[in-house]
Amino acid sequence: MSGRLMESVVGRAVELSVPITAHIDLTYRCNERCLHCYLHRGASAEMTTSEVADVLRQLAETGTLFLILSGGEIFLRTDALEIIAEARRLHFSVKLKTNASLLTHDIVTQMSSLGLQGVDVSIYSANPAIHDSITQLPGSLRKSLDAINHLHRAGIRVSICNVLMRENSEEVSAVRQLAQELGVGYTLDPMVTPMIDGNASVLRHRAEQDAIRKAFLEFNLSGRPGDDCPPLYDDLMQGIPCSAGHCQVYINPRGEVYPCVQFPVLCGDLKNQSFAEIWKSSPALAEVRAVRFQDLPVCSTCVHGAYCTRCPGLAWMEGDLRGPSSADCRKAEARTGIPPMYRHD
Amino acid sequence: MTDCYIARSSAAARALGGSAVIMSADSSLITLNEVATAIWNAADGVTLLSEIVERAVCGQFEIDPSTARADAEDFINRLAQHGVLIVSNQPIHSAESSARS
Repeated sequence: MSGRLMESVVGRAVELSVPITAHIDLTYRCNERCLHCYLHRGASAEMTTSEVADVLRQLAETGTLFLILSGGEIFLRTDALEIIAEARRLHFSVKLKTNASLLTHDIVTQMSSLGLQGVDVSIYSANPAIHDSITQLPGSLRKSLDAINHLHRAGIRVSICNVLMRENSEEVSAVRQLAQELGVGYTLDPMVTPMIDGNASVLRHRAEQDAIRKAFLEFNLSGRPGDDCPPLYDDLMQGIPCSAGHCQVYINPRGEVYPCVQFPVLCGDLKNQSFAEIWKSSPALAEVRAVRFQDLPVCSTCVHGAYCTRCPGLAWMEGDLRGPSSADCRKAEARTGIPPMYRHD
Repeated sequence: MTDCYIARSSAAARALGGSAVIMSADSSLITLNEVATAIWNAADGVTLLSEIVERAVCGQFEIDPSTARADAEDFINRLAQHGVLIVSNQPIHSAESSARS
């Protein structure tokens, strides 16, 4: 897929205020207990099958094309395949996020006829002892890898998604190698983030800065400081810092609407309002949308400003929608070796 | 140019500001301009492409008819290669439903 074309579609969606990407967590229940998980697991109200179908219909009407279905573990819902089929019937481009440990041969066979865009599977180590100690589910690596093989053989595009953390920081290359051997994609998230309610206890699992730096080097994402720190041109300063709430939206299992999965500012509840009404009229969304890069007092002067992947949700969780996100400051420093507050002359 | 064509039900597609955006099964992101969107939207599996071009393109846009027909044929063949359209020299009465929206 062309990155530039996607940028153009996203830009057009922002211009038209169309939620081109929607992420729905269908459940917060999970059979794994990952150390770094940002969700509160366990019993929680969930939209019924028909309620989810109605939300999908509303999203289609509002213009959403790219749909991410995630959890918790979505295949703990017995209606997961029914929901995916309904999403495809409505012509969404559907990507699933799953640990895949519950995917039987029969489920994969049914999935293969649904025309999925892809399936992201969480794998944290090639070593069962390390992976299973992170998921706290004995045998989970074996089950997930078996499922990846089933999915791959069924012609479904799979990507292994790893999260760099203290417990697996020596495993980055091995997981990448594993993905290559399996013939599937691979992504690495270098940063453990706070829980969705701002609880920072999971941050103790964050990798050391040296390990983050090493991961960036391994992915060839580090560059020379001069290359990596372009000036902040006017069009960037007047632009939006993130597409969350502009053209992407997150809906939790209860039907509550947020700008993004990592941006816990409640914008509305689909049990009480239509999606279109929330998208058009939510005061919280209006506040998020009002922010321009030039309104960020620290980040707009930071040397990393032009390319930093600053997350406004993480900044908000740290107390200031217009402030820096320390996780992204650390990422920027790991990438370039330059402290984040170093400023352009 | 006697072909009929229809969008595959497996194609993911949406209208964005009057233009169609399509994600094919092979992960190609395709954006259509106004003329191509008119051709895409007219796909019903029954109407001949030549009729569609005459009605939805030549009737709506200032364009040379022979150029429009050649471009349209090339366009639907390319979409067919990406697996988002079925093209046939017969009317298509399959279970495939349209991906237009």
